[in-house]
Amino acid sequence: MHKVFSRPSSLKDKPFRYCPGCSHGVLHRIVGETIDLLGVRDRAIGIAPVGCAVFAYDYFNIDMIEVPHGRPPAIATGMKRSRPEAIVFSYQGDGDLAAIGTAEIVHAAARGENITVIFVNNGNYGMTGGQMAPTTLPGQKTTTTPGGRDVRLAGNPLRMCEMLATLDGPVYIERVSVDSPRNVQNATKAIQRAFKNQIEGRGFSFVEALSMCPTDWGLTPKQALEWVRNSMMKYYPLGVYKDIGSAQGVKGQERMGQV
Amino acid sequence: MGATTTKIVAVTGNQAVAEALRQLNPDVMPAYPITPSTGIMESFTKFVSDGKVDTETILVESEHSAMSACIGASAAGGRVATATSAQGLALMWEMLHIASGYRLPILMALVNRALSAPLNIHGDHSDGMGMRDCSWIQLFSENAQEAYDNTIMAYRIAEHKDVRLPIAVNMDGFIISHSIESMTFIPDAEVKKFVGDYIAIDPLLDIDHPKSIGALVLPDYYMEHKRAQHEAMLNAKKVISDVSAEFARLFGRKYDLFESYRLEDAEVVLVALNSAAGTIKDEVDRYREKGVKAGLLKPRVFRPFPYEEVGAALKNAKAVCVMDRADSYGGYGPLFMEIASAVQPHRGPVLFNKVYGLGGRDLMPLDVDQLIDETIEVAKTGKAKMVKEYITVRN
Ligand SMILES: Cc1ncc(C[n+]2csc(CCOP(=O)(O)OP(=O)(O)O)c2C)c(N)n1
Ligand code: SF4
Ligand SMILES: [Mg+2]
Repeated sequence: MHKVFSRPSSLKDKPFRYCPGCSHGVLHRIVGETIDLLGVRDRAIGIAPVGCAVFAYDYFNIDMIEVPHGRPPAIATGMKRSRPEAIVFSYQGDGDLAAIGTAEIVHAAARGENITVIFVNNGNYGMTGGQMAPTTLPGQKTTTTPGGRDVRLAGNPLRMCEMLATLDGPVYIERVSVDSPRNVQNATKAIQRAFKNQIEGRGFSFVEALSMCPTDWGLTPKQALEWVRNSMMKYYPLGVYKDIGSAQGVKGQERMGQV
Repeated sequence: MGATTTKIVAVTGNQAVAEALRQLNPDVMPAYPITPSTGIMESFTKFVSDGKVDTETILVESEHSAMSACIGASAAGGRVATATSAQGLALMWEMLHIASGYRLPILMALVNRALSAPLNIHGDHSDGMGMRDCSWIQLFSENAQEAYDNTIMAYRIAEHKDVRLPIAVNMDGFIISHSIESMTFIPDAEVKKFVGDYIAIDPLLDIDHPKSIGALVLPDYYMEHKRAQHEAMLNAKKVISDVSAEFARLFGRKYDLFESYRLEDAEVVLVALNSAAGTIKDEVDRYREKGVKAGLLKPRVFRPFPYEEVGAALKNAKAVCVMDRADSYGGYGPLFMEIASAVQPHRGPVLFNKVYGLGGRDLMPLDVDQLIDETIEVAKTGKAKMVKEYITVRN
């Protein structure tokens, strides 16, 4: 019989303990498959954040380091400079990357560090119980904005892809979603691209994935999908924001709205 | 006595502190969530959203910014509070010194949790001990009631004109922050009256007397500033005693610089901070029934440390076991060092040091019994086999 699927060797044979409908598991799978596909398991080092993915080291079957909240891009920088042959990726939530670690990501991007960043945007601090993050949508209810995010007090959400795309450092920035099979395929392509860039020594690559956190959103997984499609994608259009030296080549949003 | 009008409730430590903060109604409260203190901010933002406080909450992007925003708000004349734990406090460290150096009476609810690495979210005192030298007043609380009461008293202490220093109220992560206890709330009006309105001393924006805060001070004056901070700390001791006495008069619950539990005639004494004291009290009672003169000394105020008073309270003991829920690796535990300094002028008891409960490891009654047994032995022989050792740890 023809074997159609096997677990990537870059993932351990261990069931994910993320909540039902959570996107972390899907993204772990894509990253694991990518590392296998590109044949870099023997030189990949992953950086786990503080956030729900703190346990990423339990699932990836590669060397991992778990580091304090927000610091992955700086740690990745040190790691890559010390071991340039390693394939270094950070995997970070929106609290980690867009709140407490904003300085680190901006400066790693500005320096054009040759690393791969997977940015999991689920619009809140999942691990600590669903508080407002900089990425929380206007009016969105969280445990620290029980009346909804009031932009007069809390400002408007950060769009990290758009922000980082203004810098000269990065070579590749794309926002994807994992809400449908087709978007999962696109996300897979983007993540493969982000790793390939590093392998080819091209520089800083950043993939933002709009992700679901049904538990802290207080929604069923199905409703959470709708929230990603109807609310998050409006504020955070999917697409390529920067791509230097490829056929696509321009800041654009050509994959926008693929629901 | 107001005790008759108070309300008995069943709440967690975090809810108790959030309730105290609601009653204190600070002008500004910046915070960034971190387990196990997150519940305080969550309850508090609900109060804001329900219009129960006048506070501006600021959902900042990190603890470094939280403490920075506290400093800005306080320098501008506001009454300010925040809440944090462990890594959050560690990230604030630079700003902790700025807050005290500017002499700003900021209130922090510090829900004690172990510092990384290895990553751990449970309760120990490594965070609180790390701010020992930051010139913050440090109060410790055995349970939710004490955390609530300490919070209610905090501004009165910190804002006193002879003090003007920031203050941190500690309670144990999870063991207290997340456990429900029955306790007593003081009615809003009485809290309001007890705490009083805040009159900031020399806040910014006084165009008749323009000034700068935080100016460069070189070797010619730096020491005078630091000496003034030390004196303010020393003054805080009396202020804490006075405020606590007034609190006891009004609300019936007595606090001082430390708690003495069956200490009067005690020959074997345990010393511990925060929630462990509850377990120890039970075991002290048990040993007392067996005729052992056991006792407990539980410091409430860690900075300023009441050396003379603690020294006097321990001078007749035969052996003292100082229990540290944090370590100064390669040195003695931080509480042990204070107790050793306190008894040093007396020909006091034999001291020894046990490190326990790091990263939230439980302290069981049997563990306490073993410590009391060892203390009895040390009292008998006049010698401790090992001055410092970890307990309940694998070899
Ligand atoms: C310095 C510091 N502050 C706060 C925390 C508490 N903390 C742990 S995870 C987290 C938020 C995680 O949110 P995000 O990065 O969005 O990840 P998610 O869980 O949503 O995937 C926070 C605030 C911490 N660990 N360290
Ligand atoms: S809380 Fe949210 S982000 Fe965390 S595992 Fe559950 S669904 Fe995923
Ligand atoms: Mg998140």
